[in-house]
Amino acid sequence: MKKDIILCGVGGQGILSIATIIGQAATEAGLYLKQAEVHGMSQRGGDVQSNLRLSTEPIYSDLIPKGKVDLIVSMEPMEALRYLPYLAADGVVVTNSKNFVNIPNYPDATAIEAELKALPHAVLLDIEDLAQQTHNPKGANMVLLGKVAAHLGILSADQLRNAVARIFQRKGEAVVESNLKAFDLGLNA
Amino acid sequence: MEKRLLLGDEAIALGAIHAGLSGVYAYPGTPSTEITEFIQSNPLALERNIHSRWSTNEKTAMEAALGMSYAGKRALVCMKHVGMNVCADAFVNSAVTGVNGGLVVLAADDPSMHSSQNEQDSRFYGKFAMIPIFEPSNQQEAYDMMSAAFELSESLKLPVLMRVVTRLAHSRAAVEIKEAAAENGLNPDTDRHWVLLPGIARKQYLLLVEKQKDMLKAAEASKYNVLNKITGKKTGIIACGIAYNYVCEAVGPNVPIVKISQYPLPEDKIRELASVCDELIVFEDGQPVVENDIRGLLGANYCVKGRLTGDLPRTGELDPDNVAKALGVAAELSFGTAKNLANRPPQLCNGCGHRDVYTALNKVAAEYPNHRIFGDIGCYTLGALPPFQSLASCVDMGASITMAKGAADAGLFPSIAVIGDSTFTHSGMTGLLDAVNENSNITVVISDNLTTGMTGGQDSAGTNKFEAICLGLGVAPEHVRVVVPLPKNMDEITRIIREEIEYKGVSVIIPRRECMQTLQRHLREKKNK
Ligand SMILES: Cc1ncc(C[n+]2csc(CCOP(=O)(O)OP(=O)(O)O)c2C)c(N)n1
Repeated sequence: MKKDIILCGVGGQGILSIATIIGQAATEAGLYLKQAEVHGMSQRGGDVQSNLRLSTEPIYSDLIPKGKVDLIVSMEPMEALRYLPYLAADGVVVTNSKNFVNIPNYPDATAIEAELKALPHAVLLDIEDLAQQTHNPKGANMVLLGKVAAHLGILSADQLRNAVARIFQRKGEAVVESNLKAFDLGLNA
Repeated sequence: MEKRLLLGDEAIALGAIHAGLSGVYAYPGTPSTEITEFIQSNPLALERNIHSRWSTNEKTAMEAALGMSYAGKRALVCMKHVGMNVCADAFVNSAVTGVNGGLVVLAADDPSMHSSQNEQDSRFYGKFAMIPIFEPSNQQEAYDMMSAAFELSESLKLPVLMRVVTRLAHSRAAVEIKEAAAENGLNPDTDRHWVLLPGIARKQYLLLVEKQKDMLKAAEASKYNVLNKITGKKTGIIACGIAYNYVCEAVGPNVPIVKISQYPLPEDKIRELASVCDELIVFEDGQPVVENDIRGLLGANYCVKGRLTGDLPRTGELDPDNVAKALGVAAELSFGTAKNLANRPPQLCNGCGHRDVYTALNKVAAEYPNHRIFGDIGCYTLGALPPFQSLASCVDMGASITMAKGAADAGLFPSIAVIGDSTFTHSGMTGLLDAVNENSNITVVISDNLTTGMTGGQDSAGTNKFEAICLGLGVAPEHVRVVVPLPKNMDEITRIIREEIEYKGVSVIIPRRECMQTLQRHLREKKNK
């Protein structure tokens, strides 16, 4: 079994933490993994993405070929659209529904929503709104990860949940709790 | 066997530590920065007191590493590809002196220019200096090759170049870890062949030429160069470094192929593959280095395909898609490009001092329709994009000051340079001395955010020394002006810029305020204490 994932968003939205947690869970589960990140220029308010490949068999390429992505996970709706050519016919898009507008020519928000909803498998969720409910606005990416858990397949929600706890362990009990709460909100949304 | 999830850069760093490294010398540059940062925080490296402090530029790094090698210890130099241009003098001559302790030079190339101004291929430098080159195809090889590279360096008494590309440097995979080897003891060379006077250099150069056959032998026998001789197929594949993965992704490993990860080219293996195929296709990330060489090797009558024949794109990085297409196995796409999409270029952070610098410069410059502002390399290069669009140029580190000088020599007025603090100490100081010596009519803005921002906030070599440096170079004290770039100081800043433009000579304005990213990091660190 294999799962090819594109994680994307705008620099500073925390997509690399999502990648780290899925990576931790995959390593604990004994899966093969490759994760290509973008560092450097694109971190400041620009688009960022990471290719994450999980498999029970060895993986060759660090990059995912076009048309082969099983899952696009996006912290921002227009950013989800950027990687459409990579999506497989039965691929799933899980994205934050809240627009991040920091460019003058940002497209019409309702048109973006409509284009996403026209896809065969798209899940839109206002993760920032849900994160507010846990009084942890920075936990929006964990809400999204919770939502992803239902679509990942190769790892269970419990395996991901354990990885969340493990990654935040160093930062203390309270931080672990609030991130798990955010994760569960996404999972059950 | 312990396994760790490592970035390509981290695998290189850990591989070097475990190979008995005594010092890494580097100037930051994407995609190489994480190598040195890993060593700076690795427990074993700290325990062994392995040198890992940033150097002022790639040339000082290269020379210090050569000094450590002279003293008998293993040293690593890391840089992004364009850093090779900066250290080229020391690099090329280190092949003529040869080494004592193992010396590995790591160049991280950036095909597709994800965060660079060109896509030069460092393998040219390796060939130019006539030294062995390693090019790992994955993270495990990157780790393992560090020991192999140091051993080869010490056995041939030559520096070894290791070349990686962005996609390996910045991709994570599990790596099997070995025991750490001990460091070399202090053992300074006693021979005089390090004194490259012409008489000695001629002998050393002959020696280097003689070593070529040993290098070839090593590459021919290398376990990293693998021939899979499958007969009965028309096309044979040559795959260098990371390109091997894209080929395997497309058609699997059971094809007629030579995988190449160590140079000089294993000529026998390539000839053998050519003898059982009708044509070869070359996959290499970067420029068509190997494609050209193989054409020479096999002669004009043998068909060699690649970037030069249009079978692969002439520019940009390889990826699984263009490789699959060249092999005739491109996938059908289910979705086209989205309709509701816009580019999202990087931006200066909110509250960044460079913003206030450009606001002020634009305000004053508007009073001088013939003005030009020559830019340099760093976060502040984003001042070339909207909303500021202030910059006329950005070429290489340090070029702002010297281009402003040359343009002023030609009669341009006002001729203004904007340069960051780290870029200034990297390559701006010498140019400023030129300008001072001729009292050129330029205004230099050193936008000092107290860090090397673009590459993630590393220490900047000149912090707290800029006024002293400028005065030491001979800038008149009354024309070294320090301001705090904040909106509330806009009147003062614009007044000072105007005064210094009007001064007919060299003036330096230093807007100084900490980078927003490092400020937040420092606040977090304080809170966590
Ligand atoms: C020869 C060379 N080495 C390294 C780099 C990578 N690099 C680009 S900008 C930069 C640092 C710029 O720092 P600074 O001048 O302080 O400006 P800031 O980004 O902090 O605004 C570095 C290291 C490069 N482009 N060229």
